[in-house]
This record gives sequence, C-alpha cells and structure tokens, in this order.
Amino acid sequence: MSTENLVDMLRTHPFVEGCRPEHIEKLASMAARVQFEKNAIIFREGDESSFFYLLFSGSVVLEITGAGRAHRIQTLGKGEELGWSSMTPSMAKKFQARVLEPVTALAFDGARLRRACDEDCAFGYAITQRLLQTISSRLQATRMQLLDLYAPAKMGAPGKPGA
Amino acid sequence: MVTNLPAIGTQFVIDLPALDGVFASLRRRGYEVIGPTVRGPAIVYDAIEGVKDLPQGYTEEQEAGVYRLQKGEGAALFGFVLSPHSWKQFLHPSEVRLFAAERDGQTFRILNSPPPPPPRAFIGVRACELAAIAVQDRVLLGETYSDSVYQARRRGLFLVAVNCTRSAPTCFCTSTRTAPPAEAGFDLVLTELAGPDRHIFIVEAGSRQGAEVLAEVEHHEATPSEILDAEAAVKAAKDSISRKLNTAGLRELLYEKFDDPRWEQVAQRCLTCGNCTMVCPTCFCTTVDESSDVANQHAERWRRWDSCFSQNFSYIHGGSVRMSAKSRYRQWLTHKLATWVDQFGSLGCVGCGRCITWCPVGIDITQEAAALRADEEIAIAKGDAL
Amino acid sequence: MPAIEIDQEQSRLDNMHPLAARVAQVRKDTPDTFTLTLEPEGEEPLPSFLPGQFSMLYVFGVGELPISISGDPQEQGTLVYTVRSVGKTTHALVSLKVGDTVGVRGPFGKPWPLKAARGKDVVVVAGGIGLAPLRPVIYYILRHKADYGRLVLLYGARSPRDLLYQKQLESWARQADVQVLTTVDYGGLSWHGHVGVVTTLFRYIRLQPLHSVAMVCGPEIMMRYVAWEFEARGLPPGDLYVSMERNMKCGIGFCGHCQFGPRFICKDGPIFTYREIGSWLGKYEL
Repeated sequence: MSTENLVDMLRTHPFVEGCRPEHIEKLASMAARVQFEKNAIIFREGDESSFFYLLFSGSVVLEITGAGRAHRIQTLGKGEELGWSSMTPSMAKKFQARVLEPVTALAFDGARLRRACDEDCAFGYAITQRLLQTISSRLQATRMQLLDLYAPAKMGAPGKPGA
Repeated sequence: MVTNLPAIGTQFVIDLPALDGVFASLRRRGYEVIGPTVRGPAIVYDAIEGVKDLPQGYTEEQEAGVYRLQKGEGAALFGFVLSPHSWKQFLHPSEVRLFAAERDGQTFRILNSPPPPPPRAFIGVRACELAAIAVQDRVLLGETYSDSVYQARRRGLFLVAVNCTRSAPTCFCTSTRTAPPAEAGFDLVLTELAGPDRHIFIVEAGSRQGAEVLAEVEHHEATPSEILDAEAAVKAAKDSISRKLNTAGLRELLYEKFDDPRWEQVAQRCLTCGNCTMVCPTCFCTTVDESSDVANQHAERWRRWDSCFSQNFSYIHGGSVRMSAKSRYRQWLTHKLATWVDQFGSLGCVGCGRCITWCPVGIDITQEAAALRADEEIAIAKGDAL
Repeated sequence: MPAIEIDQEQSRLDNMHPLAARVAQVRKDTPDTFTLTLEPEGEEPLPSFLPGQFSMLYVFGVGELPISISGDPQEQGTLVYTVRSVGKTTHALVSLKVGDTVGVRGPFGKPWPLKAARGKDVVVVAGGIGLAPLRPVIYYILRHKADYGRLVLLYGARSPRDLLYQKQLESWARQADVQVLTTVDYGGLSWHGHVGVVTTLFRYIRLQPLHSVAMVCGPEIMMRYVAWEFEARGLPPGDLYVSMERNMKCGIGFCGHCQFGPRFICKDGPIFTYREIGSWLGKYEL
C-alpha cells in the first residue's frame, strides 16, 4: 500500500486525532497494513513480540487461558488500540489476543516506534500522551469490571433484616 | 331567638368547675377526651375524665438525658412542660393494621378493617405541639396522596390548646418560631393563672365548634388586667428559654457540611437507639410488616413506626445504603433541619426539645447544629469554604 | 364460611390496599430472573402505566415491594414485570404459578421523558436488570418511530446467559434507525460479542450531544460511569435521565424509606435528570 494511502487510512483512526500532520506522516511511514482472519492469534501469552496495532475493522478478544478454560477479559474493535505494551521495553505479553471477526489493522513495530520517539521528543510526547489515554480508559473499564456490579446479592449481606 | 355564641378571638375567663364542664360538653358531643395525666414516673397522654385526672401541682426537671417528675405544692394543672408522649401517637399511631386478608384457593380476599376510632378531643396542646400537628398535616395530607389512617383521625379533631407559663431548659421553640401564645389551629386555647387567691383560665375560642363548647359553660369576659397577667405569664415562659437554634441559612449549611468531621464525633456518642425519632412529634417514618398464621391462610399487613436510625431502614439488595451510625445520625438531623424544608416548605423541628431530654447519652440537636456552624465559620475564616 | 369482603369502594380509595391480579404467565429469562404477566382477576381492569413507573407488588403472607413495569404500555389489560430473585419477597414472586393471585398497587412514580425526547435521538443505556424499566421506552419508540430520531441501545450484563430479552434484542437490532450493542463483563468461548463494561460501547456510537436524550438504568455505580461518558461527549446534564432505586414500604411518599437527600424516589422519581441529582449521586452513605 502506498504511503499516501497509509496516511489517509491512519488519519481516519481516532488515535491520531489532534496530531500534527508531520507526526501522522511519521507514524504512517512506520505502518504496515495487516489483516487477520477469524480465530487467528495475534499474539500469545509470553510473546516478546512488540507490535502495536491500530484496529480499523473486526474485533479481537483478550484471553487468559488456564485450567482448560479461556477467560475472556475484553473485546476491542474498530477505532481502538491493541498491544500498547509494545511501547514499553521488553514486556512480555500477559495474555493472548484472538480474532473474533476478521481484522484489518495498521501494525507498528514497537522497537522502531520507541526509537522514533527517542529521536523526536515532540513526536514521542504526542504518542505517549495518547497511549496514556488508552491505558487510563482501559484501567477504568477494568476496575468497573472488577466491581462485578450485576452479581447476585450475597446471603447475609450487611444490614439485611432477619427473614 | 338565637343565643349569641362567644365571639371567636375574644378573651373570656373560666374557672375549674367550668373546665370540668368543658370535658362534659365534649363527652356529650361524642368525643373521646385525651389529656395529660400522671402514670408512674412520667406524665402521659391518655383518656381522662376530668380536671381530677390532670397533673395538678406537677412540674418536671428536664435536661439532656434527664427527666424527673416533681410534685410540688402548687395548684397549677398545666405547670409541667412536655412529656415523653406527643399527640403523634393518636393521629399517626405506632401500630395500625392496614388490612387483613384471607386465602381462598389461589386467590385472597381483603377483609373488613376495623372502623377508625371515635373523634377525639385533645386537652393541653402546647403551641409547639400545634405546630407539630401542622407539620405532620403537610406531610401526610398531600396533594396526590393522603394517608388515610392519619386523615381519619385528624378529621373532626377537637383541640384545646394551652399556652405555656413555664419553659424547660430543653425548650427552644422561640428559635423555631413555634412559641406560645398559640395563634391558630385550635378550637379553644387556655392560659392558666393559678395563684394563692385565684385559679382561672383565660380562654379564647378559635373556631365555631370551640365557641359552641364554650357557650355551654359558665364564662365571662376577661378584664384587661387579667389579659395582661396572662400575657405576662406567657412572656415570662418565653424569656426563660435558654437554648437557641440559629436557623439562619441552616438548610444550606447542612447541605454543605455533608462531609464535616463533626458527624464522626457525634457518631461516637450516638447509640442509634432511635429514642429521638419516637418522642419527636413530627417524625413520621413507618414500615409495613406482613404476618400470617402458620397455615398461611390468614395474613395481616401492619404498619408500625420505624426509625431512620435502624440499620435496615435503607436496605436494598446487597446491603443498606446507610450502614454507619454517622450516616444515620446525619440523615436524621439533615432531614429534620434541611431536607424537610425542601420537601414540605418548613422546618421539621418545632423546638420542643424532647429529643434532647430523651436521648440516653444527651445528644443535643441545638449543640450539633451550632458545632457544624462553628466549623463553617472556621472554614470561612481560613478561606477554605466557598 | 365465605370471607367478608370489604366495601370495594372504600378499599379502592385506600391507597394501601392492593388490587388483586392473576398471574397469567411466568417465564424464566435467566437463571435468577423471571418475567411475570398479570391479568385482571375480577371485574376491575388493571391500570395503564407510563414507561418508567413501578408497582408495589404484594405476595400474600410474604410481603410487598416495588417492581418496575417492563411491558408494552400500549397493551391494555395486562401488566408485565421482570423480577430478579434477590431476597425473600422476590423469591416468592418468581415462584408463583399461573393462576396465583398477586396484589398490585400503583402505578407510581415519574416516567421516562418520552415527550421531551420527541424529535431527538434516544440513547438507552441499560445494565443488568436495568433493561427491564427501559423496555417500555423501546416498545413505545418503535411504535412511534416518526416522532423520534435514531434509537440506540447499549446493554451490558454479567455474562451471556444473563442477557434479558435476547430474541427481542435481535429483532430490535434489525429495525431501521435502531442500533443495538450488547456487552458482557464475562464472556465465554461461545460468545463472540463484546466483552467489557457497558461504557466501552460508547466508542461505537455516534452521538449528537445537542440532539439527543439519554435514558440510563442499572446499578448506581454503573450509572455514574455512564453519566461521565455522556458528560465527556457534551450531552447536557438536563438531557440525561437516570432511574434511581431505594427501599420502599409505601410507594406514595409516607414511609420515609426512599429518601435520597431531599427527594422521595417514589414520588419525585424514580426518574431524575442528571442535572437534578448528579451532585448527590457520589455522596457516600447519603
């Protein structure tokens, strides 16, 4: 895919909203357009792989497997980011990402992206700011998930009147 | 020729036999007469027959957490101030059956409820108590819904008010603007003048029924000096009031002080026993319990007084919203002095001081409000408050 | 010996006396949630209701509690309730059999703002059993499509088997101008939809903040998070409506239990704008 097409494609993703044009171009120059088919594993637990993805279509589920079960923690889709931890040095993936619906994405090599951030601080800051946003909303959502708000009430809940 | 009724608003004088005559007149008209009488260590409100049942010569010592009835040599029938009872128990009873029902196959039928009690006459209603009845009227006789239990008991009520000639240290009606003399809301109002050489009542009719009852007993117009004596006695009672509640901006203050550390402090003393809500003449919260026989053929729904101090008062699935004592005390105080204003257009408190007297640990509503205000003033001085 | 019946007129006037209704159908929606359909038992028809209102349902010998009406407001003659079994009385309700009698008082409460929402997009956000009091809104809007803009439903439940009204969700999603997105907190291998809290669905909708009305119902914490999402997207707080819940013993403003600050949930609510109560929502142990 030509660079101009990549820039156009990248521009449509919410991640780069508000970015300076030169930063978008810089990011596009590191992008590779990728596609994953249904059920493909984008990365596995323990992978040292360092790709950061911007998703344009389809959906991905984050899973942790154990004792013969796969716990599905969160799904991500169009307009979202996957693999932000690639931006941190040598962080092995803690879970796996499996494709639910065929995915089209732009992939960025984490190491290369990090180097570009080191060299161009303004660019680095713009990327880091956005990643912070991603992590923040991911954390917030995870915390809310932890609350298990729809769980049935436990017996003997505090303040419960006697039967 | 029509006999002229005593004019409403004009002051007359009656003596003790005439007061007994008022009782008799009320009984003739079918009222159950309720008034103050001594029962053990306290004065209570109960059915009484006449002047002989009134607590003649009784006064009491009242302070935070203290109530001691005292019998003196005086002749005054209404020399005491307030008892643990309020008129609430008759208008908004502590226990009332809403209905009984009986199973009939898969369905059930609601049975006849017992008829409401006969019309009642209350003797000795203080100005603060008249105010309390008016406050409960605003709560329980609403625009869209009326409480039928309250309505049945409120309708046809005959009120004989009494202007206090003594105050208790726990009174603060002057702060809540519910102090004597009673202005309205009564059928008859009495101010007692009991001395070595006279024992009379200045009486005024506040309604047609009141005038009709007064017409049936011996009465004559009060002299200007008698009227002045009565006014002086009431003024003396008001002047002797020491407790104060500063109501200026109280609602806003309490809303702002939701997170004030004072609540923690009072929570350490409060037992959440709910005494205050029981003796308070305006507290109205109730719960409804279902009871059925062993065979589940007959069920009854009973409404009982409830208290926001109880742990399960705010229970919804998963737990109670207000678990801590702090949150429950705060709920009570804030409701009484702040949210009540938004809900019903007036303070919920009438300054009777019963909650102060009957709190086993002597928590004082006026003191708590003052402490919160003091915190606000400190905050303003430090530039912390908005 | 036949029981003596109370004077019907007098009973009807007493707002604490229930009307007898018969259970016409009990349907299991999820492991702990059932939908009851009630029909009239005697001559007297069941009252009509506005979306968002609730009834006080009475089970003989057990007790009474508030349950939101979850049926179609246009269906005269029956009343439908979706009940989650969480305690003694709800357990008794979901255990009723066809033909059993239930006492009904009401309907009570202020309804969802269907009038104020006319001409606008309506975004409905439901969490768990919170979809039940919102279903009447969806019924109504689908019957009066011309009066409204787009209808968006964001619905989150604990797990796939806890999703309510699944067939209806599918049928609603197929309608023009209707967008239905569901998510679960805990997915399973057979679940191919969204996994994550309901706020994660906001990414997938286009909101016209000055041209929309939002109606939200679910656990209080969820409603706060959802309100923040709407705020962040510029929805005026006066156009965001939430449905509150508190302990109720009467439903008509006398027992005092349902107070939320100065408001009685039963008669001032249960539906409020976020502008009215937003600042009260976060107060701990209010």
